[in-house]
Amino acid sequence: MTRIDAKFAALRAEGKKAFVAYIMAGDPDLATSAAVMQGLPGAGVDIIELGMPFTDPMADGPTIQLAGQRSLEGGQTLQKTLDMAAAFRKSDNTTPIVLMGYYNPIYSRGVAKFLVDAKAAGIDGLIVVDLPPEEDAELCIPAQAAGLNFIRLATPTTDAKRLPKVLQNTSGFLYYVSINGITGAAAANPADVAPEVARIKAKTDLPVIVGFGISTPDAAQGIAAIADGCVVGSAIVKDIGAGKPVAEVLANVAALAAGAHRA
Amino acid sequence: MADASINSYMTGPDEQGRFGLFGGRFVSETLMPLILDLEARYEFAKTDPTFWAEMDWLWKHYVGRPSPLYYAERLTKHLGGAKIYLKRDELNHTGAHKINNVLGQIILARRMGKTRIIAETGAGQHGVATATVCAKFGLQCVVYMGAHDVERQAPNVFRMRLLGAEVIPVTSGRGTLKDAMNDALRDWVTNVRDTFYCIGTVAGPHPYPAMVRDFQSIIGKEVRWQLAEQEGAGRLPDTLIAAIGGGSNAMGLFYPFLDDPSVNIIGVEAGGKGVDDRMQHCASLTGGRPGVLHGNRTYLLQDDDGQILEGFSISAGLDYPGIGPEHSWLHDTGRAKYVSITDAEALEAFQLSCKLEGIIPALEPSHALAHVMKIAPTLPHDHIIVMNMCGRGDKDIFTVAKHLGFDMKI
Repeated sequence: MTRIDAKFAALRAEGKKAFVAYIMAGDPDLATSAAVMQGLPGAGVDIIELGMPFTDPMADGPTIQLAGQRSLEGGQTLQKTLDMAAAFRKSDNTTPIVLMGYYNPIYSRGVAKFLVDAKAAGIDGLIVVDLPPEEDAELCIPAQAAGLNFIRLATPTTDAKRLPKVLQNTSGFLYYVSINGITGAAAANPADVAPEVARIKAKTDLPVIVGFGISTPDAAQGIAAIADGCVVGSAIVKDIGAGKPVAEVLANVAALAAGAHRA
Repeated sequence: MADASINSYMTGPDEQGRFGLFGGRFVSETLMPLILDLEARYEFAKTDPTFWAEMDWLWKHYVGRPSPLYYAERLTKHLGGAKIYLKRDELNHTGAHKINNVLGQIILARRMGKTRIIAETGAGQHGVATATVCAKFGLQCVVYMGAHDVERQAPNVFRMRLLGAEVIPVTSGRGTLKDAMNDALRDWVTNVRDTFYCIGTVAGPHPYPAMVRDFQSIIGKEVRWQLAEQEGAGRLPDTLIAAIGGGSNAMGLFYPFLDDPSVNIIGVEAGGKGVDDRMQHCASLTGGRPGVLHGNRTYLLQDDDGQILEGFSISAGLDYPGIGPEHSWLHDTGRAKYVSITDAEALEAFQLSCKLEGIIPALEPSHALAHVMKIAPTLPHDHIIVMNMCGRGDKDIFTVAKHLGFDMKI
């Protein structure tokens, strides 16, 4: 049982939906992003998605592209991202951390070494956007063997025929991408998303968390109501990019979390 | 030396879309169902005689194929060694080999019921070819082009707009071909239901590297019978030489000869200002290492942390930090050899072709020609080199003028 499984069990016992927050490690600098991360559980965040910057984030919109650029320009590396997670773990041993990003920096480090280091840093799960089930032998299967959850994305194009393949080696939770598109784009409509979530939940016992296109407390509430929780990324990253003080960033996160928890 | 354990070099990719370690399908879930559908449609089309009949008709009447295989007599005499033939793909409609592949993909897109075509382009040659074929078939066309390339390739931008395409300058990253490909992929993910992504080179997720290679292989197939016609039945080339950015013109020339062990195969990468630790080049095989980008695993220019580096070349068409996965495999197995040529060497070859043969080459094949200039003098007179003259240089005269210190202002 990973911290992710434990967290969902606890939320279920309380009858609460999960609020998942995404930030980019090292954005705009290591100290600021570490301070934001430290404050996320207190703001009501149940699970932290920690972005690993990449030069070519082909599934991300401008907001997260720019966050990655700021982070890389500030000298962020995969090692610094792992160190940041390890430092967080010293004061918080329950909030799950999911690393999210693209495969090449992991492949470049070496999968075996990366998994040992990630586990040691207190990482609980991985979301790697450019590894579909067809490439499971690369990272998904070794990650599960190392005791990390591998969280897969399902999308509106994942039809009934394909869904079992997507669910097969997924663990922790399933991340449903509410729109065809990139992060930070069009708003998701709960009425459209609800039947899709129901379709997936009929085939799995895993929690289904919905992300992409959620930017306000009301939207967080609306989407969380029809799933097991929701993810907000670009809206938070936008505040950080605008140079807002950490306290203000966290206040906005708290409002989003409260929205999701009202559901 | 070529790997003795391999019986044939022409059976790849495998069912996972791999050429050995390279290739694959490293894309987001949104695109996977479409890529699998495309693969099934292409597998069907490959053996469908009506598909190839349509291609052959268009290649002949619209593109002007077969392109000539031309004995470059003065160049041969000047270099004083091997006999040099040029495969004249620069004489195709739109001025480069790119249209060979675009026609195949657009016919497939039409058969799949797609109404909107997107493409990425560096120098603009693939963008122009795509805009051209879309105009011919009345399809909506959107071309992503790095903002930096839009600036340095203004004539091609105007051509695409004349042909009815929408050209979107890409400002993310540093605004070159790599960034244009990122934005094309973002468009595709967003408009996946009605849009076909027409990739311009032998890269991207499976089945693109194999599909683009198959469409471009018309180049090598023609060379085989054309050379036999001129040099006698059964005469094969001794050496094949082609320039490589992503590597589509090279795969097109090489592929039909991969299982002819007597044929030496040489790919020429863009060495920019020199292949050294300053990394001001685009020589992925000589200066990079395996990584994953744009849907496939291949040799990439990257830093120690797996971040992708920008390439550097005088030629916008070679300015890409990766290379097609099949080339990576041919490199690792030793079946093909890869070398690099600097900007300065390519410029010299460009001028020699103009003066001796009356052919203004594009900067891309000028790199191939520069390598021909290096090796031809060392080879015997009965050694036959076939070089792919894959594009004409009209688009490059402004760049060349600048480098030669010639003032183009009237």
